[in-house]
Amino acid sequence: MGILDIKNVGKRFGGLQALGDVNLSVAENSCHAIIGPNGAGKSTLLNCLVGKLIPDTGSVMFDGKSVLGRKPYEINQMGISRVFQTPEIFGDLSVMENMMIPCFAKRDGAFTPNAFRDMLKDREIMQRAEQMLEEMGMADARHDNAATMSRGNKRRLEIGMCLAQEPRLLLLDEPTAGMARADTNNTIDLLKQIKDERDITIAIIEHDMHVVFSLAERITVLAQGTPLVEDTPDKIKGHPKVREAYLGETQDAA
Amino acid sequence: MLGLDKKDTYLLLFVAALTMLAPFLLNPFPEGSAMAQFNAGYPDLMQRFVIFGVFAIGFNILFGLTGYLSFGHAAFLGVGSYAAMWMFKLFGMNVLPALGLSLVMSGLFAVLIGYISLRRSGIYFSILTLAFAMMSYSLAYSVLATDMDGPDRQGLLQKGLTGGETGLQLTLEDPRIFGEQTAGAGNIPVPNLFGLEMRSAAELNVGDWVFTFSAGYYFAALIMLLSFYLSIRIFRSPFGMMLRAIKSNQQRLNYTGLNAKPYMLTAFVVSGMYAGLAGGLMASMDPLAGPERMFWTASGEVVLMTILGGVGTLIGPVLGAGAIKYMENILSKINSDILHQWFAFLPDGLEDFVITLIYPFIGKGWHLTLGLIFMAVVIFLPGGLVEGGQRIARMFKRKKPTTDTPDGKTTPAE
Repeated sequence: MGILDIKNVGKRFGGLQALGDVNLSVAENSCHAIIGPNGAGKSTLLNCLVGKLIPDTGSVMFDGKSVLGRKPYEINQMGISRVFQTPEIFGDLSVMENMMIPCFAKRDGAFTPNAFRDMLKDREIMQRAEQMLEEMGMADARHDNAATMSRGNKRRLEIGMCLAQEPRLLLLDEPTAGMARADTNNTIDLLKQIKDERDITIAIIEHDMHVVFSLAERITVLAQGTPLVEDTPDKIKGHPKVREAYLGETQDAA
Repeated sequence: MLGLDKKDTYLLLFVAALTMLAPFLLNPFPEGSAMAQFNAGYPDLMQRFVIFGVFAIGFNILFGLTGYLSFGHAAFLGVGSYAAMWMFKLFGMNVLPALGLSLVMSGLFAVLIGYISLRRSGIYFSILTLAFAMMSYSLAYSVLATDMDGPDRQGLLQKGLTGGETGLQLTLEDPRIFGEQTAGAGNIPVPNLFGLEMRSAAELNVGDWVFTFSAGYYFAALIMLLSFYLSIRIFRSPFGMMLRAIKSNQQRLNYTGLNAKPYMLTAFVVSGMYAGLAGGLMASMDPLAGPERMFWTASGEVVLMTILGGVGTLIGPVLGAGAIKYMENILSKINSDILHQWFAFLPDGLEDFVITLIYPFIGKGWHLTLGLIFMAVVIFLPGGLVEGGQRIARMFKRKKPTTDTPDGKTTPAE
């Protein structure tokens, strides 16, 4: 039993069986990667975990509780944070405000009509947000408009916002997609650091093998909606089925 | 002061000074002079400035912060007016209970309309609110205006709840159980605040100038200041930040463990109650409520005010409301005789030519002028009049050799 248990999950879109029969268990405090060719159902699976989609069959248990049928914000409050493929931040707000919002969400819950409190006088939140910005190395940018940052920094901020909520499970959807090499390496270093310093489980969906093999402790290969193999990175590298279904294909593409 | 930082306190004091000194500021020209028709310092118009100010401040809490464009806010204005009128008819002419009922009724309406409309966003939300407002309009115009007393009786409800086309009016037969049914000389009593009549006014003559101080204006102005103060607090609160976050990225908010729905609904209800308050104030200044207050043009007007002044800024809606009401009342009063007076110095042919050019834009054509100004603002000053003010301020600043000292708050790049 891991922190996240996916059992017999299936999802069909019209005539397309996006997920066949997925069984997957993510162990606590591990880093688990899910890889697979385009259209393998990786994103569909992720969307089933965070409440964006409801699977047709099967069950998804987080820490012994079912997440199915819950709204995204409820699932987040249970301790699952998600990083999107394109960084989703509050572009119109300052970096500091971006960081304050998850701090409020963590402390005050899903809705608090606190219309007469001055947010700048909320010491606890200000300190927490400040500390998170320091940890992310973005304290100097605190008054900048979030939309003006580079993609790498947006990603860094988004990850920081997720961590501010102290989630138990961090889901990453292709965190380095569309990034320059330097930004990719920075992101890998950041994730490694997070993995080492915190009690956190990371599940990562990724195309870039460099990222996967630098981070993952276990890898599940998904093909046509069903898990093909699940093993350690070393064994996955040499697995003939995987080479055929996936690695060969990306090498051609690259 | 009052839990505001220095900048906001100055802003509040600035608006307070403007409203308190309005009878002087709006009457810069001596009585009887050629420019006297540009004076706006008469009670009726000043009251409209602040009442529509309240309406626009409330609208801005919804539209400015969350970006949800309601096209049916006039429904709450009408509900507020009718509620205040019924309070006058049934219980007495004190304005405070009337405004109380306006707030409660418009709040209830806003909960209902908001709960349903907020299931959709974008254009669908706008259309839903528009549909609700037009339904309210036709309810007030005909459905609720039928005789509910039965054919032979001449009671309170002989013209229904809303009075239909002619509107809801006070009559001598109204019970007014806590107040006097008839005033001194057999007249209908007028709205008052513990005896201070809203229509009472004092005049001050200084040389050729006449300044009018209306009780109704100062009452409405105090309420507007209170509304303005509350809106600053909302803008600076975590709640206000969440509303801006909804405008910026609702998806991220949902995946950050925050439920956008109740935030939206609260903003909608608060905004609806501001509109209801404005409606109640209208009825308090002039005890009459008609269905046209709910018509879609009234909803459109507040959208124009907010955009003209500056969406999402604190003072913008107040400026926008003032600008539009000023044009509506002053431009529309200029007629061809006045134009002939102005251009009398020109040779006859040229005078007629100039007047022919200007004539379409004045009098009943003031909408044309409003349209042109609105277009100019949207195209050249997307941030409204407030942005115009900021640009002028920056021009003056640039002339001085100042070192660029960061004051802790940077303005977003444009």
